[in-house]
Amino acid sequence: MRPLIRRNHRASLRDPAPSKWGYRMQRLLLTPGFVTSVRVGIPLALIGIIAATWFSDEQRVADFNKRIAEVKASVQERPEFMVTSLDVVGAGPVLEADVRRVLPIDFPASSFDLDLEAMREVVAALNAVADASVRVGENNALTVEVTPRIPVALWRAHDNLRLIDADGVFSGVVAERGDRLDLPLIAGDGAHDHIQEALALFRNAGPLAPRVRGLVRMGERRWDIVLDRGQRIKLPAEGAMAALDRVIVLHQSNDILEKDVVAIDLRNRDRATVQMTTEAASALRRVNTFEAEDQ
Amino acid sequence: MKDVYESQRAMRNMRKAAMQRGVIAILDVGTSKIACLVLRFDGPDQFGTPEGIGSLAGQSQFRVIGAATTRSRGVRFGEVDAMQETERAIRTAVQAAQKMANVRVDHVIACLSGARPRSYGLDGMVEIENGMVTDNDIARVMASCDVPDYGHDRDVLHAQPVNFSLDHRSSLADPRGQMGNKLTTDMHMLTVDSVALQNLFFCIKRCDLELAGIASSAYVSGISSLVEDEQELGAACIDFGGGSTGVSIFMRKHMIYGDAVRMGGDHVTGDISMGLQVPMATAERIKTFYGGVLATGMDDREMIEIGGETGDWEHDRRTVSRAELIGIMRPRVEEILEEVRLRLDAAGFDHLPSQQIVLTGGASQIPGLDGLASKILGSQVRLGRPLRVQGLPQAATGPAFSGAVGLTLFAAHPQDEWWDFDIPADTYPARSLKRAVKWFKDNW
Repeated sequence: MRPLIRRNHRASLRDPAPSKWGYRMQRLLLTPGFVTSVRVGIPLALIGIIAATWFSDEQRVADFNKRIAEVKASVQERPEFMVTSLDVVGAGPVLEADVRRVLPIDFPASSFDLDLEAMREVVAALNAVADASVRVGENNALTVEVTPRIPVALWRAHDNLRLIDADGVFSGVVAERGDRLDLPLIAGDGAHDHIQEALALFRNAGPLAPRVRGLVRMGERRWDIVLDRGQRIKLPAEGAMAALDRVIVLHQSNDILEKDVVAIDLRNRDRATVQMTTEAASALRRVNTFEAEDQ
Repeated sequence: MKDVYESQRAMRNMRKAAMQRGVIAILDVGTSKIACLVLRFDGPDQFGTPEGIGSLAGQSQFRVIGAATTRSRGVRFGEVDAMQETERAIRTAVQAAQKMANVRVDHVIACLSGARPRSYGLDGMVEIENGMVTDNDIARVMASCDVPDYGHDRDVLHAQPVNFSLDHRSSLADPRGQMGNKLTTDMHMLTVDSVALQNLFFCIKRCDLELAGIASSAYVSGISSLVEDEQELGAACIDFGGGSTGVSIFMRKHMIYGDAVRMGGDHVTGDISMGLQVPMATAERIKTFYGGVLATGMDDREMIEIGGETGDWEHDRRTVSRAELIGIMRPRVEEILEEVRLRLDAAGFDHLPSQQIVLTGGASQIPGLDGLASKILGSQVRLGRPLRVQGLPQAATGPAFSGAVGLTLFAAHPQDEWWDFDIPADTYPARSLKRAVKWFKDNW
C-alpha cells in the first residue's frame, strides 16, 4: 500500500534495524572461536599459500637450499670456529700416538662439524684409557684430556705379557718382563679377575718378597706363590693370607725355604705338607737307613 | 497436556544449558518497546543457594551486562501483528544488547503481555500409599488435577502448584517427607492463545535465537515490583503497558490469578491523536510531557503548543490547554482501570486479607494515576518500580522495565512449575522397565 501523503524521509532512514545478514555477521564476530580462527587462521593460511606457491618451483627450492648452505658455511667457517690442532693432555707418548691414530681429523676443521661426544667415546674405548673428556679449548685447539689406566701388575697370558690395572682391565702389552720390573707378575687363567687379592698377597709377602717371582692362579680357584729356585707355596682357596703368614712364620723360625724344598702345600688347613727335592728325599732315606742299620 | 509438558521440559533443559554457558538474554516484547537484557551468571556452583535468601536478596548471582531498548514495531495488544517488523525490532534490540555485552547470546527468555491470558484454579487429591509423602506422590497429585477444557487453540503458559495440604493441614509449602493419608494440591494454570505464542516463537527463531523459557508479562512484572511481604500477604500488580494492561494477583509468593486488559498507554495516545488531530508521534510526546489525569485550576491556564508540519500556519500553531488534554486522557485511563477492577472482582480480590495494589509499567508514570486508581480500585494503591538488579543501567530502572527485570528474576529463581516434577510412574503403561527401576528406587 503506497501512502498518499508524502512521508518524511528522514524518519524512514532512521530505522535502526540491522539487516538480516548484518545481524548474523555481528553475531558471528562475537563468537570467540570464529574470531580466533579469523585472526590467526587467515594470516596463517595466507603465509602458507604464499610459501607453497613460491616453493612449487624447483629452481627456487634449489637456489634457496644453496643459499642456506652458503650462509651456514660462511658462519661455520669463520676463524673463530675453526679448530686447528689436537692437544692430548695427561697421556704418555705411546697413548698420545694411539689417541691421534683413533681421531683422524684433518685440520683445520669447523667446530660445528666435530662430534665431541662420539670422539670422547672413541678415545674412552681405548684399552689404556680409563676416562676421557674432549672439548674445544683455547687457541682453537681440540683438547683431549685422558685419564690413563695405571697398570698395577703384569699378567702372563698365552705368549705375551699384558699390563693390567687395579680393575683387572688390560691396558697394554710389554715385550718382556725386564721392561717393567717394578710390577708384580701374575699368571694363570682368571688371574686378572682377582687382581686385588693377588696384590694383597704381594704386599704381605714380607721377608719373602725379594724371592717372589710371581703368583699363579691355579684352576681359577686359588693361588700358588712361585719363588726363585722353582719353589712353590700352594695356598688354599680360602684363607690364603693366613696361610701365607704361616709360611712366613715357618720360614723365619726354621728357614724352611732355604732348604731343599720344592713346594710347601698349605691346601689342607690342618697340616702343611713339604715336598722335598728328589735328592734330598733320597738322602734322607739313606740317612734313615744308616741309622736303622746302626741300631 | 503431554505435549506442553514435553515442550516446557525442552525449554527447561535449554535454560539449564544456557545457565551452564553463563549467558542468557531476556527479551520483553511489548507493544511500545522491546527491551533486551543480557545476563551473565557466575557459574552453576554459586547458583544453588542453600536455604533462605542470599546476599542482595539472592540477586547477586547474576549481573546484567548488556541492555538495549528499541521502539517496538509490528506489535499490537502485546501480540505479534506484523512478523517481519517485529523480527527487525527484536534484531535491533538483541544486536545492541550483544554489542554492549560484547558476547554472543544464543538463548533467550521471552515474555508476552497479550495473547488473552486466562487463569484456572485446579485441585487434585490423592491417597498416600505408604504414609510418607514422596516425590512420586507430588507428581501423582499434580497429575490427578482435573484439567478443564481450555480449548484446543490455547497453550498452557504457567502451571504452578500454589498450595499443598495434607489431611487437615493446609498451606504447606513442601509436604515431602511428612506423614499423612490424603494429599491435595491447588494449582494455578495460565493459558494463552496458541497462535500468538507460536508467532512469538517464530519471530525469535527467525532471529537465530533459541527460546529457553517463556513467561507471562503480568506474572514477571508482579515478581519484580511487588515487595516480599506484598507477595506473601496478597497483592495485585497492575502492569500498564503500551497495548495491554496486565493484572496479576499474588498470594503466599505465588501468582494465583493472571489476566490482561487489551488496552494500554497506546490507546491513550491514540485518543490524544484523534482528539487533537495530531500524528501519533506528536501525541506521544504531548502525553509524556504534559499528560495527567487530575485537572486543577492551574491546568486551564497552561497552554500547550501542539506543533505540526503540514505547512498550514493556522493548523501548525494550534494550542490546547492542559485541562483539555487531561479531559481526553482521563476517560480512557478510567476505562482501563474500570476494566482492571472488573478483572479483580472476578478473581475475588476483595476477599484477600491484604488488598495492596501496585501500579507499574510505562503508562503508570502518568501524573496523578495513583490518585485516580485509588478511587476506582481501592484505597491501598502505590506506584511500584522494579527491584534493582546488579548491573542494570540507570535508564532501565524505571517502571517501564518491570517486565524485563521480572524476567531476570524469573530466569534466576524460577518457581516450581508442574513440569519441573517427574511424570508419575503409573502413567507409563508401556515402559515397564522404567517402572521397575522406579519401584526399586522407591523401595530400597
